Amino acid sequence: MDLDALASCLASPACLVTQTTSGLIIGMLLFLVAVGLTLIFGVLKVVNFSHGAFYMFGAYFAMTAYQLTGSFALAMLSGAVGTAILGLVFERVFMSRVYGRDVLMQLLVCYAFVLIFDDVVRMIWGPEFKSMGMPAAFQVPPLFIAGGVVPPYYLLLIGVALAAAVVLGLGLARSRIGKVIRAAAHNPGMVSALGINTGLIYGGVFALGGMLAGLAGALAAPVRSLTPGMGFSVLIESFIVTVIGGMGSIIGALIGALLIGLIRSFGSLGFPLFTEGLMYLFMVIVLVSRPTGLFGKEVA
Amino acid sequence: MTELQAGQGTQPLDVARIDARPQRYRDVLIALVAFVVLALLPFIFGSKQLLDFVIRCAAYGLFATSLNLLVGYTGLISFGHGMFFGLGAYGFGLMMQKTGVPIPVAFVATLAMTLVVAVVIGAICVRLKEIYFAFVTLAFQMLIHSTILSWQSLTGGDQGLRGGIPRPPFLSIDLSNHLHLYITSCALLVIGLLLMRQIAQSPFGYTLRMIRDNATRASFIGIDVWRAKLTIFVLAALFASTGGIIMALFVSGAYPEFAYWTISGEGIFINMLGGVTTFLGPMVGTVLLLILNDTVTRLTEYHGIVLGIVILFFAIGLRKGLMDFVVEWFAQRRGEVGERAP
Repeated sequence: MDLDALASCLASPACLVTQTTSGLIIGMLLFLVAVGLTLIFGVLKVVNFSHGAFYMFGAYFAMTAYQLTGSFALAMLSGAVGTAILGLVFERVFMSRVYGRDVLMQLLVCYAFVLIFDDVVRMIWGPEFKSMGMPAAFQVPPLFIAGGVVPPYYLLLIGVALAAAVVLGLGLARSRIGKVIRAAAHNPGMVSALGINTGLIYGGVFALGGMLAGLAGALAAPVRSLTPGMGFSVLIESFIVTVIGGMGSIIGALIGALLIGLIRSFGSLGFPLFTEGLMYLFMVIVLVSRPTGLFGKEVA
Repeated sequence: MTELQAGQGTQPLDVARIDARPQRYRDVLIALVAFVVLALLPFIFGSKQLLDFVIRCAAYGLFATSLNLLVGYTGLISFGHGMFFGLGAYGFGLMMQKTGVPIPVAFVATLAMTLVVAVVIGAICVRLKEIYFAFVTLAFQMLIHSTILSWQSLTGGDQGLRGGIPRPPFLSIDLSNHLHLYITSCALLVIGLLLMRQIAQSPFGYTLRMIRDNATRASFIGIDVWRAKLTIFVLAALFASTGGIIMALFVSGAYPEFAYWTISGEGIFINMLGGVTTFLGPMVGTVLLLILNDTVTRLTEYHGIVLGIVILFFAIGLRKGLMDFVVEWFAQRRGEVGERAP
């Protein structure tokens, strides 16, 4: 425990800015993963325990595309599109078989894929740590805000994630497809009776969730190291986020992700060894006081 | 089907009272025979690998069967049951290293500690529904795991409890002797299974089945659902902790992996593999998983893929565990031979 370090950081604006931005990027990456998780749960009523794998694939796809083409934009695109296709196939071929079955089966199928996907990555890219490296366009001196160091790439990352949040939120609330998705979440039988292909919607939502996680992985690739098990810790953290925010709630995922991001970045100063423990503790506290999460509705 | 099972839950209170005694004698007899067979194994085969295998089966088997009390009998899908396995291993290891009390004292003290922790965690968890219960137990598991990692001065952090666990002889049993350790593990396994069998077949066990099938009905009849769930949560934790103690004795140490979530995941998988509808299903699953793990790790470094495909085969292909098949097959044969009163 190092409470002095935490106190002195809270007193200095420079440290405050640095820690807050690092908390924000952790939170934003988590949000992109968690929002897919919460969307899939809200519509399909399954907990995608293998969601971390899409984050991992997104990062590896982006790295490979960047090494082949040298284009950062293409790397992001391939990370997102590649995982979207993967998500669609995964949902149609495997997950669609366990809808309506007990939770145990769904968890097991996902558990199987956590094991399989990790080994597939190990086979293709090898077991060692990889790194994509910062794209040339962002190899510029960092900005200084109130004395705190803020790399420009962080701003891009936060901006992209925020844009995704806004587009997703507005799209679900306003667009026709968004309305159909919300209707399918509410009453799939009725939606199907109205002549809408629910299988297509389920596949689409899963692909969208996979795409967001893949985008998060691609965005994280320049600043994180890539390893075959990298999806799992992200998965556990985004679970915490969705559970804190409330399963099925997008705004909940955003708030939860930011809270966890800040807990991580400031907690690492005050409790360097117990940072993870702080998150679990926070989750337990939230769940005990509000079992459905901060923004969750009572599940039937 | 749920209605039917829920209906059965009310009757056996009577039926069980009549049938219970012969069945109990039969269970004790089976347990004794099983123990004698296990105890004779080293004199017939004498292979150290086989004994090691059985000891690991004892540790994981107790853990998996206790998880089945929650998953199969009560319908509580715990994704953090492994925390009690880890607690048992660490609690026992620390007690032996730091205090030097005799082994039976440390054994009882570890179970007492597990009891306290399980009551606190259980009281918080069991009132939550299905998926939230799974998550909160998982969160507690990770909380304990990160506590173990961060409390380096006590637990050794990510290195685990090293330097070996002292195993002073007691009552002329010397657990540093491989054969003694083997016999003790077998005894613990058989006694543990027998006790769990008694719990499962008792009126309380039928109350649990009823809660699984229809908790609302159970509470209307006047059953305190929360208390029943908490009781079985704590009991299951004690048996899981015993499994952890066997593991700590076997490896003479304790490692953070014992408290990691994958232990819980494996436990669930074992239950799936063997089947949750029979009492011995998880035990069969344990043996299968350990054999599978040992062979696959020997054959390929990518054992995750093989294990994953096996899980998929069971979850999507068969849709049930191995013992479920055996039981159904027997039931079918019996049906062909002639109509018998159930």
